[in-house]
This record gives sequence, structure tokens and C-alpha cells, in this order.
Amino acid sequence: MKKEFKVIIDLLPKNVRVLDVGCGDGSLMDLLIKEKNIEARGLELVEENVKKCIYKGLSVIEGDAETELHQFPSQSFDFVVLSQTLQAFYNPEKVLKDLLRIGKSVIISIPNFGYWKVRTSLLLFGKMPVTKTLPNSWYNTPNLHMCTIKDLFHFCLEKNIKIDRAIGVNANSTSEIKKSNLEIKNLFSKLGIFLLS
Amino acid sequence: MPGLAGLFFYMNDKLKNIKKLNISKPLLLDCKQTVRDFPLAYETYGELNESKDNAILIFHALTGDQFVSGVNPITKKEGWWVTAVGPDKAIDTNKYFVICANVIGGCMGSWGPKEIDKKTNEPYGLNFPVITIRDMVKAQETLLDHLGVEKLLCATGGSMGGMQLLQFCATFPNRTFSAVPIACSTSHSAQNIALNELARQAIMADPVWDKGKYLKKNVQPKNGLAVARMVGHISYLSEKGMQEKFGRKLQEKADYEFSFDADFQIESYLRHQGYTFVERFDANSVLYITRAMDYFDLSRQFKGGLTGAFKNQKTKFLVISFSSDWLYTTKENKDTVIALNASGADVSFAEIKTDKGHDSFLVNEPEFLKTLKGFIDSMHIKFRNEKRI
Repeated sequence: MKKEFKVIIDLLPKNVRVLDVGCGDGSLMDLLIKEKNIEARGLELVEENVKKCIYKGLSVIEGDAETELHQFPSQSFDFVVLSQTLQAFYNPEKVLKDLLRIGKSVIISIPNFGYWKVRTSLLLFGKMPVTKTLPNSWYNTPNLHMCTIKDLFHFCLEKNIKIDRAIGVNANSTSEIKKSNLEIKNLFSKLGIFLLS
Repeated sequence: MPGLAGLFFYMNDKLKNIKKLNISKPLLLDCKQTVRDFPLAYETYGELNESKDNAILIFHALTGDQFVSGVNPITKKEGWWVTAVGPDKAIDTNKYFVICANVIGGCMGSWGPKEIDKKTNEPYGLNFPVITIRDMVKAQETLLDHLGVEKLLCATGGSMGGMQLLQFCATFPNRTFSAVPIACSTSHSAQNIALNELARQAIMADPVWDKGKYLKKNVQPKNGLAVARMVGHISYLSEKGMQEKFGRKLQEKADYEFSFDADFQIESYLRHQGYTFVERFDANSVLYITRAMDYFDLSRQFKGGLTGAFKNQKTKFLVISFSSDWLYTTKENKDTVIALNASGADVSFAEIKTDKGHDSFLVNEPEFLKTLKGFIDSMHIKFRNEKRI
């Protein structure tokens, strides 16, 4: 299982309602149902992925989170999950607000642009970084609004979004992010996972 | 050679040998008339298994009938949904028990305007009551009781079939474990009412129609009915699909004939569709069924509109639309998804990318058929598990 999914599953209680925005082929939804008896729904843009979900018996709506989140009533889910796609939206702020409207809590994961390998790539080689979590080149990346863990942390403070948990994820370890260790976690975490409300 | 009307009555004669349920329980129609003792013609395919977890109900569209698969015993043509239903098809009749009934108001053996009114001993014609989608669905629910199916594995239908399905789910909540409404909407749009009105006006403008009394004279308003069918056929295709299939191709000729014969292939196609239709369909049935479609508006029937219509649904929905369908657009289908979502129902949605227009669900559209099969098969596993618990 992907480390990221493990962290997300651990954050979720049993028997809740979860909307997985950008659910892909439904791997996470499958795990949520099996491990936590969660009522999972997905929203997915890619037709092929939508069909994969349907064949697995998962509930999925084909649609674009950028423009179609309005169809979900306010507070209709206990949790909304957005895995590594916030940076790909034209208007991440609007999407995030919508997620917070739909879910009582929101779990967001972001590839951390503040990770030391990313920083050194730009600093030493003067080239846009290409890493495992950021596999695309500058000209074909879907990521329009790259941010760091620190950026998202400050954004939430600014916008009065409550950070219930923030977790830094690396290949072999996870760790709590707090205001006090923000600088160091921002440097050494590949991925940031935030539980917001 | 028997004339057209002769052929029609020959067909009527053959309709005596098809499966019919006599519905004796009184049915209060939306127009406030109560009817009892009327026939509902139906067909089944496959076998109901012991645990009764494999029944699928199919609702047919405007010009469909109960003969979904195999060969239609009346017309001797293939069933209208052979692309999707049959042995080893998406809806596999080796595995599933498939039920389909002819709607009331129809003309394939169910109670409709060409049946004999016992009061007058003549065909009903326009004395037939105006029926609604809800009336159709209520009659069909009786059939499930008759066949001993308490809860369906799945119910599905496209176009008017999808509208019946949404009505069925709203009126009889949780009578089906899953539902696949295809290319339909929760109410008929102005454009769709307009196209239906065009079809009706074509029939009524035919002098043979004679205020619906043509059957007394053993005739059919075939010119009007054929035009009505042509209107329908145009709306079932997409602009792109039509252009690609027909373009400006001429019908078995090298040049224009400078006449009003069918020079273009598209003209010939429409004429063929029109004139084969009159051999199997009753003109008054078109009037009644299109009216039922136009009156359909689920939001009017429930407190709280559509959210009320779908509240407390445990049924798992999969709404399917086709990208080139301009009769029941993706947007309209999405509105159904939004309404289901707003009611907290379990709903999936997929848009099939195709140039085949509204007809996509009837023709061989592999992506659609794969999606339908994938959903129903996965629902079967879930339904079985639920029944075991």
C-alpha cells in the first residue's frame, strides 16, 4: 500500500462517509471500504478511471472538480479527500473552500515543493525539478500552482482554516508537523498531508 | 397481398399467443379514471434462480415493446435490444432473468388505444384515457408480484425507458437493488415536447386518422405515422453521425433526378424507417405515449421536488449519458445525478463519448456495453452478499 494512503486511512474513523475527489481508479476507495467500512464516493475526470471504478462496483461520478463540486450539498460528507491534485487546479483557493463546504473535515495531500531535493535541483542546476513525486517537465506538468508545506500551512492560518493535523511523509517515515518544526519538516518531507476543518 | 390494414389485423390476431397478465386489481390513473381487468403483455428471458437475486427489469422506449432479445415473434425481426441483452451479451440471459413488459398505451398486446373497449365493442381510439409514465410503471409493478420477484437485482431503460425507471424508483423505493437510467431526464424539456408535438401533428394531419377512428375502417394513417417516425429518427442521430453516415451521398444514382424522389441516401433512409414503422405500430399509440412523456415531471409529484422524489433511496444508481445526444443531453442526465446526490442517494455517472447520438444505447457501442456489463455484474456480487447477510 502507498505510504500516503496508509496515512490517510489512519486519519479516518470507521463507518464514516467519504468523498474522494480525483479518485483515480478507485484504489483508495477500495481500501477505505475494506479496512474501515467507509461509505466511499468518488469524483473523477478521466473516463478510463471512471469505468475501472464502475467495474469494481465503486460509486463514482465522472466530472471535473474544478467546475462540478457545486453538485454536492453542504456538509454531506464526514470527510473529503483530495490526494495530490490541489496544485493542478486553476483556482485552488475556490476548490478548497468548496471542499470545506462539502465535508465536515478535509484531508489534503500535496507534493512538497520545499523538499530539499527540489530546492537543490533549482539552486544547483538551475532547472525545474523532476522527482518521483513531481515526475513531469515544466512544459507538460499538470501542476499550475506548486506550493510547499510551509505555503499551505500559512495559507490555512491566513484564511482561518483550522489545521487539525499536519503530517510530513517520507519513504520510510511520517512525522507530525507543528509550527515549531515547520522549517525543518518543510525541508525534509516529500509529501504533506493536512487534516483541515 | 394483404393491404396494410389487413397486415395489422393479422398481427393483432397473432398477439393472442403472447404472454399476458390480466391485471384485475383496480388502477387509479393520474387522470382520475380507475381501470380494472386489463391486459399487460410481457416477455421474459433466462430463468429466475433459487435465491431470486438475478432478476432484471427493462423498461422500453417510445416505440419499443416487450421483445427485448431474440426474434420478435410478431414482426419476425430482431428484438429491439439484442445488442445488449441475450446469451453472453452485456445483460447475459444465461445468468440473469430478464423481464420486459409492453407499456400500457402501447400496441404490442398491452391495454392500449387499439384494444376493444368493452363498453362500445369498438377500438378505444381517442376514448382511451390519457395515461402517464406513472400509470405505466404502476401497471408493471404488478407484474413483478405476479412473477414472484420481491426485489430486483437491477432495473434499466433508455430514453422513455429511463424515465419510467426514475419514476419506478421514486414510486416504489428500494424495489430494485440497482438502477441504470440511460439517456433520459427527470422531466421532458421544451425541445422534446416540441418534437413530440411535431410527430402528433403529422399523424393528426393525415385525413385517414379521422380523429382516431381509423381502426373502425381497418386502415392506418400511414403517411402521417411515417412522417412522425422520420421526425423521431432525425432526433435519435447526431449531426456528425448523420453527416459521416450519409453526407450528400446519392441513393443508387449517379446524378440528381430533378424530381422529388429520394435522391439522397438520407431521404431514402428516413422513408424506409417511416414506412417500415407503420407495419408494426399504431398511430394512436404514438399520440398517447408521446403525451405521457411530455407530462412527465418527477419534481411535480413530490414535496420538496426532486430531492423529495429520491429521498431514502438505498438503490445504487448508474446514470449514463452520450456525448452527442441532443435529445437527452449530458447536462440533463447530470441534473438527475445532482438531484440524486442532493438526496444522499448512491449514484455513479459516466458519459460515453460517441458520435451515435441518442441511438447510442440501441446500437453496438462497445464502451457503453462494457460499462453496463461491468456495473450489473459488480452489483450482482454485492446483491448476493447483501442477501446472504
